[in-house]
Amino acid sequence: MAKILDKRDLAPEIDLFTIDAPLVAQKAQPGHFVIVRASETGERIPLTIVDYNRDEGTIDLVIQAVGCSTIELCNLEQGDEFLDLLGPLGEPIEIKEIGTVVCVAGGLGVAPVYPKAKYLKEAGNKIISIVGAQTEEMLIMKDEMEEVSDEIYFATDDGTLGEKGFVTNILDSLLDERDEVDEVVAVGPAVMMKAACEVTTEYDIDTIVSLNPIMIDGTGMCGGCRVTVDGERLFACVDGPAFDGHAVDFEELMMRQSHYEDEEEEAEHKCNLDREVE
Amino acid sequence: MAKRQTMTKQSSEKRINNFNEVANGFTKEEAMLEAKRCLQCKNKPCVDGCPVEVPIPEFIDQVLEEDFSKASDTIKAKNALPAICGRVCPQEEQCEAECILGKKGEPVAIGALERFVADEESNEKAKVKVSNKNSGAKVAIVGSGPSGLTAAADLAKLGYQVTLFEALSEPGGVLRYGIPEFRLPKSIVTEEIEHIKELGVEVQANVLIGSTLSIEDLWEKGYKAIFVGTGAGLPYFLSLPGENLNGVYSSNEFLTRANLMKAYKFPEYKTPITVGDKVAVVGAGNVAMDSARTALRLGAEEVSIVYRRSRNEMPAREEEIENAEEERIDLKLLRNPTRIIGNDEGWVEELECVKMELGEPDSSGRPRPIPIENSEFTIPVDVVIIAIGQGPNPLLPKKTPELETTKWDNIIVDDDTYQTSISGVFAGGDVIGGSATVIAAMGDGRQAAKSIHKYLQE
Ligand SMILES: Cc1cc2nc3c(=O)[nH]c(=O)nc-3n(C[C@H](O)[C@H](O)[C@H](O)COP(=O)(O)OP(=O)(O)OC[C@H]3O[C@@H](n4cnc5c(N)ncnc54)[C@H](O)[C@@H]3O)c2cc1C
Ligand SMILES: Cc1cc2nc3c(=O)[nH]c(=O)nc-3n(C[C@H](O)[C@H](O)[C@H](O)COP(=O)(O)OP(=O)(O)OC[C@H]3O[C@@H](n4cnc5c(N)ncnc54)[C@H](O)[C@@H]3O)c2cc1C
Ligand code: SF4
Ligand code: SF4
Ligand code: FES
Repeated sequence: MAKILDKRDLAPEIDLFTIDAPLVAQKAQPGHFVIVRASETGERIPLTIVDYNRDEGTIDLVIQAVGCSTIELCNLEQGDEFLDLLGPLGEPIEIKEIGTVVCVAGGLGVAPVYPKAKYLKEAGNKIISIVGAQTEEMLIMKDEMEEVSDEIYFATDDGTLGEKGFVTNILDSLLDERDEVDEVVAVGPAVMMKAACEVTTEYDIDTIVSLNPIMIDGTGMCGGCRVTVDGERLFACVDGPAFDGHAVDFEELMMRQSHYEDEEEEAEHKCNLDREVE
Repeated sequence: MAKRQTMTKQSSEKRINNFNEVANGFTKEEAMLEAKRCLQCKNKPCVDGCPVEVPIPEFIDQVLEEDFSKASDTIKAKNALPAICGRVCPQEEQCEAECILGKKGEPVAIGALERFVADEESNEKAKVKVSNKNSGAKVAIVGSGPSGLTAAADLAKLGYQVTLFEALSEPGGVLRYGIPEFRLPKSIVTEEIEHIKELGVEVQANVLIGSTLSIEDLWEKGYKAIFVGTGAGLPYFLSLPGENLNGVYSSNEFLTRANLMKAYKFPEYKTPITVGDKVAVVGAGNVAMDSARTALRLGAEEVSIVYRRSRNEMPAREEEIENAEEERIDLKLLRNPTRIIGNDEGWVEELECVKMELGEPDSSGRPRPIPIENSEFTIPVDVVIIAIGQGPNPLLPKKTPELETTKWDNIIVDDDTYQTSISGVFAGGDVIGGSATVIAAMGDGRQAAKSIHKYLQE
């Protein structure tokens, strides 16, 4: 059981949870994630550890209600508990001094990008961030990202904040103008990461992405999270989730993410029905 | 000689539509008739066939006296999980293979009797719950499969304070996530684990040793010895083109979705599973049989097993192959997959195979399967399940560099003491290799517990 100590609304359908998880907090590093199950009938789903406090024994999770399991989690309140929480999982990303790092975050990708930016900044890097969302209202963790960035740019689909358009457009013009960029970290929907990698390939800049295939155990036991990187079959939960973006087969990732589309619709339908009955 | 009693089974037409247990246990009458067949041999050859040395004639004699509770105690003194072993032990290769009656006719149905005693005992269930307060040194057990459970039970009985750490949400290992409900009801696994908890064993689920806590952390927390029983959970793939298509599962994923996550109750339980109409399972061991029979129960219309050798070489238990045949699972023997073909949306559509013939015995002693040139053909499929075996999960050794492993990632232990390359850390079960049965894992757990006791007394 993992208790919700605090819950904050970040945007419509997006909540930040502070969870009592002392063992996980003790070991958490940027790039790690947890697997959470809300209740006995729930699904196991992966969530990034957005931040952690070793003294308090807490971790922060940001959850966007996109389907049945995330809706169930977001319906929980302060004082409630997640039935299961396992972690920290995955390989942390290496935090070292590289120079100038551009951090690109699309939508909920801010959640995994933030800890990386924060600790890369602490390690002495210059951080240029590009954060995108559908609208200004949907753009989360703006203050936190501003705090850890030397420079920050925004992109929204409707132009309510920053540039109208995609984060990748900003990335392209930035890389065009500057020679100083040593590495790019890009996390968001698979299409966005793919597009970002196409841009950075042109400029020949190392790019780290964090993959989000469907997972179950998160311990390397089911093989459901398999991804192809540099022609090799790897398990994202134990070998990743961070990989060299230029070597990732994104088409395959996107195909595999759609595996349960029909079932997800059915489950969400039932979820909503159940809620109405309540 | 009186005829061997056999357990009645749910009819195959009926059982393919439910997840209830296939074999009904003995009735009391059947059990008594069967117990009477035992000759009470003085030299007890049957006991030699049992890896944990269950006192077979003694418990059978107690069955005859209708003292089931005493019979249960007799078994439990040697075997912490009788209701499970009675069901899934390959008895025909172990205790029953040595039974003297088997030399001329049919051996005593030892497994079925063991199951009967365990089930009787649990039906009775007037048991007083004693929660032991153990005071000995603290011992950590990593992994809650049969090896970990046995080591935990034995050490708790010796008075140690035992904590069992399990990565998944519930203890049991393969008994929980692998072997399906219709062969081993999960309520039985839960009950057997409750007995072990009553001995004072504390279970901490959702702890991945190597990540959540390291071996180093366990020493710091005051554990004086550690047993590693992390099993062989790493799924092997064929490395064929198309293996990452949608609709292609490892048996681990398929069975975990069905068993641990109860996908067969979707959408009440939220974990989905794809079955479709036509399922092909690659492999012919217990795991392949379990996957095929699970797919059938989840609604598949045609399920086939694709295996590169012949029926004789199939590694699954004979009983399970027969059950599968009764359920009309199509055994496509002497066939080897060569390619998985998908459609435009990335879903599997066909499995391409090549016909095989058997040649001279290979290093495993079994005839070597040889592909017949130009004999490729395709089978239409909606789902393919790869059940060609598992290896030890490399996570813990990777995070614990001092822990020595073979090149196949098996943890190396001393043959006698089960101690690993780290002093005070012991290992057993599938993670050290070996015969990959429940009872062999339990045997390892028992031997390791003995040597942990010795180690802690020194
Ligand atoms: C390493 C990793 C870190 C993640 N971090 C976060 C995070 O910090 N915050 C957040 O809100 N989301 C995060 N996700 C995504 C989150 O796990 C999915 O949104 C969630 O599982 C969707 O479940 P659902 O039932 O609500 O929606 P569904 O309607 O079932 O699915 C919506 C989409 O989520 C994906 N998905 C479904 N089930 C799973 C699963 N078991 N594992 C992974 N993806 C799945 C599918 O591709 C699907 O298209 C992360 C995913 C990964 C792999
Ligand atoms: C589908 C299937 C059917 C089978 N059928 C039969 C049968 O009929 N008869 C038979 O005798 N045998 C059968 N077997 C084989 C038998 O189940 C195994 O040999 C036996 O379970 C091995 O026991 P174990 O204790 O070594 O580990 P396992 O049962 O594999 O359990 C290991 C446990 O350790 C946990 N773990 C792993 N790493 C960590 C970590 N780092 N930290 C914490 N926990 C961890 C795992 O989650 C798991 O729960 C079958 C196996 C399968 C997969
Ligand atoms: S534990 Fe297994 S091998 Fe031993 S007596 Fe029981 S069924 Fe036979
Ligand atoms: S060998 Fe067979 S007949 Fe003899 S004691 Fe054992 S079970 Fe009974
Ligand atoms: S989630 Fe099962 S192996 Fe990665």
